[in-house]
Amino acid sequence: MITFRLNTHSGVPPYLQIVQQVKQALQVGILRPGDQLPTVKEVVAHVAINPNTVAKAYRELESLGITEGRTGSGTFVLERPSGPSPEVQEALSKDLEIWVAKARKAGLDEESIEALVRVSLQKNPKGGQS
Amino acid sequence: MSEIAIQTKALGKRYGSFWALENCSIDVPVGSVSALVGPNGAGKSTLLKLLVGLSSPSAGESDVLGKVPAQREEFLSDIGYLAQEIPLYGNLDARDHIAMGQHLNKRWDEKFIIDRLQELGIPLDRVVGKLSGGQRAQVALALALAKKPKLLLLDEPVAALDPLARHDFLSSLAQAVADGGLTVVMSSHLLADLERVSDHVIVLAAGQTQLCDDIETVLKEHKLLVGPKEHAQNLGDGVDVIHETHTPKQSTLLVRLGKGTKLPAHWQQHEPNIEEIILAYMGQAKEMNIGGTR
Repeated sequence: MITFRLNTHSGVPPYLQIVQQVKQALQVGILRPGDQLPTVKEVVAHVAINPNTVAKAYRELESLGITEGRTGSGTFVLERPSGPSPEVQEALSKDLEIWVAKARKAGLDEESIEALVRVSLQKNPKGGQS
Repeated sequence: MSEIAIQTKALGKRYGSFWALENCSIDVPVGSVSALVGPNGAGKSTLLKLLVGLSSPSAGESDVLGKVPAQREEFLSDIGYLAQEIPLYGNLDARDHIAMGQHLNKRWDEKFIIDRLQELGIPLDRVVGKLSGGQRAQVALALALAKKPKLLLLDEPVAALDPLARHDFLSSLAQAVADGGLTVVMSSHLLADLERVSDHVIVLAAGQTQLCDDIETVLKEHKLLVGPKEHAQNLGDGVDVIHETHTPKQSTLLVRLGKGTKLPAHWQQHEPNIEEIILAYMGQAKEMNIGGTR
């Protein structure tokens, strides 16, 4: 069963953090199609977060087609979120590792590396031309 | 969330010549968990007391669950209120308190409270004076929930608890909200906790409402801008500066953006967390007071 964590210092809305964690869990295989997500009450009993936040995250997952709410029995995983296949992800991840190794060799610390990633994300906004 | 559980308009409370709360206008949606935050003396407890009818306003009006707050049964039966000093009888045990609740309330879910306390491993037959602080808080919360209130008002319920007891208390609260039909307003200084369990925030400072909105909207509309100082003056329309700090060359601004507002160039944009935003509003109010513009 998946457990959620909440980072209250990230500035990312809590419901989006849950959505992202479900997506990630699917991508790495912690969750598989057919698995049941914990009920809202189970989540809040464990993590002490707002139940409306969890419900909203579940609604969002449903509208993305990732999960399905079945009345009376809970929320179930339907499929892997759309996006690159595991192979493509692995290739991207390898590329990034090579780049990180380069950056370290050049003497950058972790914070500077993170800052560079953030800057390049800002330079290439979603939907924009790079 | 369109239905409103609490609405106040220019609500104020004066003690002698001192306004403990002034011009407080808030809307609290049904089913939300509102964090009521502000520095000491901002009027948080005063507001909660006005909402539960324990004191009467000197100005303005309030509508709580469609009624004017008053110490009358038809109003109070839908309201749970937990005062700052966890009001329990130290030499009675939980079972005595439950029996008392049964006598004092029309609606009373005895099974709920006994199940809940047993789940938490709290002995029903030990005098509450001998329970830990966290256990006492849990007993008080369970008592407040056993009357199945539609609105629960909590005045700094976790202030005196250790981190684990705090987590357990907030978890109990979140579970009660998950069961549905409950609106919560909770004051606290622990901003990080509040961001977890709340979806709505009310910031009181300098006796006035500085902010009252759902947290997601608040996060979306506020940005932290870092940029050259010479551009700090002309940010354009729709950019509301909440708080600013300057070094000789650089300015850091916490701003609220109106809908569809484009930010001017030159500024590096960051996403502030709710704690930074709340602190900015409190800081703004403090400066207003020092400046004597109030």
